[in-house]
Amino acid sequence: MIRRTIEIMGAVAVAVVLVAPSTLAAQSQRTAWGDPDISGYFTTSSVVPLERPRELGEQEFYSPEEAAARAAARLAPREGPPERDRGTRSDVHYDFDQFGLSQFQNEVATNTRTSIVTDPPNGRLPESVDAAVERREARNEARRGHEFDGPENRSLTERCIVWSSTLPPILPGGYNSNMQIFQSPGYVMIQAEMGDPRIIPTDGGEHAAGNLQQWNGVSVGRWEGETLVVETTNFHEQAAWRGSSKNMKVTERITRIDDSTVEYGFTVDDAETWSAPWSGVYPLAAIDGPLYEYACHEGNYGIANILSGQRAEEARQASGQ
Amino acid sequence: MQSASGRGLFWAVLLTIGVLVIATSASAQGFRTEFPRTPQGSPNLTGVWQALGNAYWDIEPHVADYAVLPELGAQFAIPPGQGVVEGGEIPYLPDALAQRDENFANRLGNDPEAKCYLGGVPRSTYMPNPFQILQGDSNVIIVYQFAAALRNIHVGGTREAPIDTWMGWSNGNWEGDTFVVDVTGVNGVTWLDRAGNFTSNMARIQERYTPMGPNHLQYEVTITDPTIYSRPWTISLPLYRRVESDFQFLEFKCVQFSEEILYGHLRKPSED
Repeated sequence: MIRRTIEIMGAVAVAVVLVAPSTLAAQSQRTAWGDPDISGYFTTSSVVPLERPRELGEQEFYSPEEAAARAAARLAPREGPPERDRGTRSDVHYDFDQFGLSQFQNEVATNTRTSIVTDPPNGRLPESVDAAVERREARNEARRGHEFDGPENRSLTERCIVWSSTLPPILPGGYNSNMQIFQSPGYVMIQAEMGDPRIIPTDGGEHAAGNLQQWNGVSVGRWEGETLVVETTNFHEQAAWRGSSKNMKVTERITRIDDSTVEYGFTVDDAETWSAPWSGVYPLAAIDGPLYEYACHEGNYGIANILSGQRAEEARQASGQ
Repeated sequence: MQSASGRGLFWAVLLTIGVLVIATSASAQGFRTEFPRTPQGSPNLTGVWQALGNAYWDIEPHVADYAVLPELGAQFAIPPGQGVVEGGEIPYLPDALAQRDENFANRLGNDPEAKCYLGGVPRSTYMPNPFQILQGDSNVIIVYQFAAALRNIHVGGTREAPIDTWMGWSNGNWEGDTFVVDVTGVNGVTWLDRAGNFTSNMARIQERYTPMGPNHLQYEVTITDPTIYSRPWTISLPLYRRVESDFQFLEFKCVQFSEEILYGHLRKPSED
């Protein structure tokens, strides 16, 4: 599935991240100025899916043995591509073991949960409201038949504008699922590897952006005990996260668990999209940094190749060949 | 009598309130008399900074000139500037000077800024956009508004650049009150301004940030690259703190503004 998604995306900007097995020295749990220390480099990779398999109902956890077996299966190095792909261009082109970072090459935090979503109790996203379904259909309808007209018709991800996995809530992506958290007095900077840095004031102040909408929204933070709470609103109306509206509010809750783990929790509140707010949580494992520059747009040959391929196809059809 | 005295009191109270309001608002805007310092005593560079002037057009001295497309008119004409290169001229070797001139001639389509590519160092510093420095426990990061570029500066770090990147690899050190950053691993694709000045990927770049007052930094950059310059040369300009109390570091995602230059020729032709 991931493979297919990557192939469909077509964008080939691939950054290499060197991640060694964690050999982290014990970290101080407080910054020099007394805030809880949640800083470091982490992987957002997870073997636990966002939504729980339906057949598990309200079962929140696997047994430790069951979870370990599932993780081992998911993280086993792949033994080459499927037979049908061997020797093909896509076999080489999308060999993320070599040119990116496949999941088994990354650190992944131990997690016995059956899903990242914790609320609703069935571990699945609430129903979409009618307005959200209508927005989605209108968007699809506007695009139909024009998918290859110009760069604006391609997805925001392909264009290297935003990735849904790097907008808050930050979620595991197909590859390069890493983030940096940096702290200085009064600020926390969070950057998902393939996303933009968010500089978050932690003075609990008001959103100052008024009606300004940004691709990454506008984030403000505050400390609640040991937890950094970040509220993000003012999303760009086109940056729909699973069909979300521009009025989505995401509340992230980040807490240091131990030297090698930070817990990342979140609540998504968007009455114009889902029938109820929903929440999730998953652990992030510390990795040796740094994250290398992703420079997605700079290496984006995909858009040019997709459009020129389509123009060539149109020319071929026009010439009756 | 009473009425006149009452009026006097009224104005005295109003004046007092006015003075208090002015004093309070000055303090609310963080009026500084000294450069802030960390508890350890080094200057605290945390803040939003921006260059004035127009080095971003051309770091060498230049007179006013036509816009890159003359039909853009005076509004987008190139303003004059004294330049920020010590001694005035960049000491290019002949082939490199020819490359710079070619860059200038083709700047409309070739300037990495027009393509929304990461600005590189030092160009990102004096683009006409703010940047934010965050100084943490030991390390420092800089986030530039243009293209959301991020630099991690490894304070005390000695590791060499593992790979060439747009923003390079930065190791920092404090020399007294000056923050010295050595940048290597630049990719040689970035430019230094909109006039086509450039470095190669062999460049070693040393930046020096020195507080000059409560709200100013002097920014000096020495670029050493024997493959294209006859000697090391230096840029020097002041940086100004954005002092607005409600300043918000808005995002400048420029990808969509570059798509016409990059992909416009690949659009489906109009059927009209």
